[in-house]
Amino acid sequence: MNKLDHIQAETAAFHHAPFNEETFRGDYSFHNSAKGIKRFPYPFEQDHYMYSVNIEPHQPGKPGAITEHAFDIDEHYVAECEDKRMTLEQDAGRYAALPHMMDAQWDFLELTMESLARDYPQYFSLLKDGERWTWHNSVLGISDSFIFGDASTLPMEPFEYMGRQTQGDFVLLDQREGTLFADAGFITSQADWSLAFDIGMSWHEWHGPVPQVDKMGIMDRALKFLMSLQQGKPVRRLNWTMTVNPRLDTSPEHYPEWGPDRLTVTAENAGQKAHLRVELQAMFRLPRSNAILFSIRCYLLSLEDMATQPKWIKRFHRVIRDLHPDLLEYKGIKVYHEPLLQWLAPHDDGAVLSEGAQLD
Amino acid sequence: MSALANKLMITEPDIQTPANTSDQRSQNAGLKVIVQTIREVAEGIREFTLVSADGSALPAFSGGSHIVVSMPSGTRIYRNAYSLLSPPQQRDHYRIAVRLQENSRGGSRFMHQEVKVGMALEVAWPLNLFALSRLARKQVLVAGGIGITPFMSQVQELLRQAQASQSAVLQTAGSKITPPDFELHYAYRSQDHAAYVPELQALLGDRLKCYDQSQGVTLDIRQLLAEQPLGTHVYTCGPEGMVQALLQSADELGWPPAHVHHEEFLAPPVGSPFTIKLASSQQEVQVGADQSMLEALEQAGVDAPYLCRGGACGRCELEVLSTDGTLEHHDHYLSAEEKRAGRKIMPCVSRARCDVIELNF
Ligand code: FES
Repeated sequence: MNKLDHIQAETAAFHHAPFNEETFRGDYSFHNSAKGIKRFPYPFEQDHYMYSVNIEPHQPGKPGAITEHAFDIDEHYVAECEDKRMTLEQDAGRYAALPHMMDAQWDFLELTMESLARDYPQYFSLLKDGERWTWHNSVLGISDSFIFGDASTLPMEPFEYMGRQTQGDFVLLDQREGTLFADAGFITSQADWSLAFDIGMSWHEWHGPVPQVDKMGIMDRALKFLMSLQQGKPVRRLNWTMTVNPRLDTSPEHYPEWGPDRLTVTAENAGQKAHLRVELQAMFRLPRSNAILFSIRCYLLSLEDMATQPKWIKRFHRVIRDLHPDLLEYKGIKVYHEPLLQWLAPHDDGAVLSEGAQLD
Repeated sequence: MSALANKLMITEPDIQTPANTSDQRSQNAGLKVIVQTIREVAEGIREFTLVSADGSALPAFSGGSHIVVSMPSGTRIYRNAYSLLSPPQQRDHYRIAVRLQENSRGGSRFMHQEVKVGMALEVAWPLNLFALSRLARKQVLVAGGIGITPFMSQVQELLRQAQASQSAVLQTAGSKITPPDFELHYAYRSQDHAAYVPELQALLGDRLKCYDQSQGVTLDIRQLLAEQPLGTHVYTCGPEGMVQALLQSADELGWPPAHVHHEEFLAPPVGSPFTIKLASSQQEVQVGADQSMLEALEQAGVDAPYLCRGGACGRCELEVLSTDGTLEHHDHYLSAEEKRAGRKIMPCVSRARCDVIELNF
């Protein structure tokens, strides 16, 4: 890593106390504050997990909730942007866009800049003078003036530019021939949804079979639904998996770096090592390109932190205990299922829990 | 304009637009607009310029998009889809054109007779069911009569793309971006029926070819398609006969279906009255002879889903549980097989010839 960049990132973090000083690799110093734990998007409404497409309108949630704004900026912002930078430095291919996606790139830039400037005016500002726009990101110390629509006036392509400054992964889908094609992607923290992701893939190629999901056209129906997604009516859903160590980049390319970690989980350390990983997936119809933006925002919670909320940890124990073996395999939990349960079981007294994911 | 908007805001406190209309999450809220100008652009075709009620920017859109305009008339609300004519990146106004339809059920008559300058209307966010392919080598647009409307914004988009790729070619010498080639073929009954010819001529120069039937100039669709290079996409909008002829020619000439695009908006046909029974609430809804099932449901306060209201998008699909008559499918969405099976119906344009139809809703 470039030393100067590192110092800059640290300085920025230091000057903006709301952002954690932490890493998603190496010493894995990632951590959640008490507030961060409370706003975690806990996904289990019942003691038993059932796959569903569970799409709902991406409407503003309560103040402070992760859904309050279209793009959530939280205490991990600085560290996550730095992690993106490192991942891209190692592997520039994590960002790719086919040439016909340039309109969609600008749509993405506009949507993220307008949203961030409106929702977090203390950190971001956007000034428009006709087509001359000035963007200021005071957290990362970025300031640029450019001509909207003219990619040569930005230091890099518009999608990459804002992809680096917004938490989450992003895919731009072109709609044609009765389906959706993933023709541009900024993917630095992929989990199981994208294990086989390649640029240019169609919807069905990309969404390979999910075990235990009845094949009765769930993916077809989701596709139909997305094809008629309207501007102004974005939708969202939650997806979950588990990751050992708070690592964002669990890509197949780097499997040797993180895969073996799963063998290090023991009944003693599972509380610190095993993390519930929840993705907030949101889909927006973009205006000029008619493309769809698929954003995947990742939230991590260690079991130790989860245990501060008794309802959550008890239910999680039941979900993991009763999960179908195929899903255990699919989500990569199988190899450490036993130590995981040994750690979880003592936290569950078997009490009846209220319906829903909310804290009591 | 702002004085007018303010006045309307005061007299109608209901009109409340989010400060920034590009907020993608303003959800369900339609866009509140005001009619700024009305003009006759051809015989029986009126153009409306709409601006947002609070002066904020309207959402940008892509070429070929339409909006659904809500028209409150007495106890009824008509909702019709109209293509956007204004340049897609222009966010200070929208333009639509409405042809007065003979036997109009109300929509176009309302627009022609009751809508006046200064009036407030509600429109849905733009939606595109007639988008240009971004991978086409060449784009051929074929319009008949009022079917010119979706192409008005498409040609703007194509021109902009051509310009953008030209400057990109200049900047990154050696990169292989070639501007997409396109042409517009516009057939009409006579000069009087032809909207926007001068405007299009000024924009497109010899990319525009006009066919004035009253002068004996006709468009040979088959010939046109036969001479196109491989990789061409064709788009058509116009009278049913023309659209069908084009689809047939393309098929016979072996065009890949994905390269052939058409837009046909259907107005819901009239029929005889019948009753809808809703399974979940056991509510009964009467459908009038000149009313669509969707309109009848809405009038009864039922929140039924819809998007295009023209039988194209599929969003309004409802499941038929039973009926004592036959279904009259008018949509372009269900497959022939689905239509035969009779388990699904698109209530925005389709209806039933029956006494009662029970829907799973
Ligand atoms: S609303 Fe689009 S098909 Fe009925």
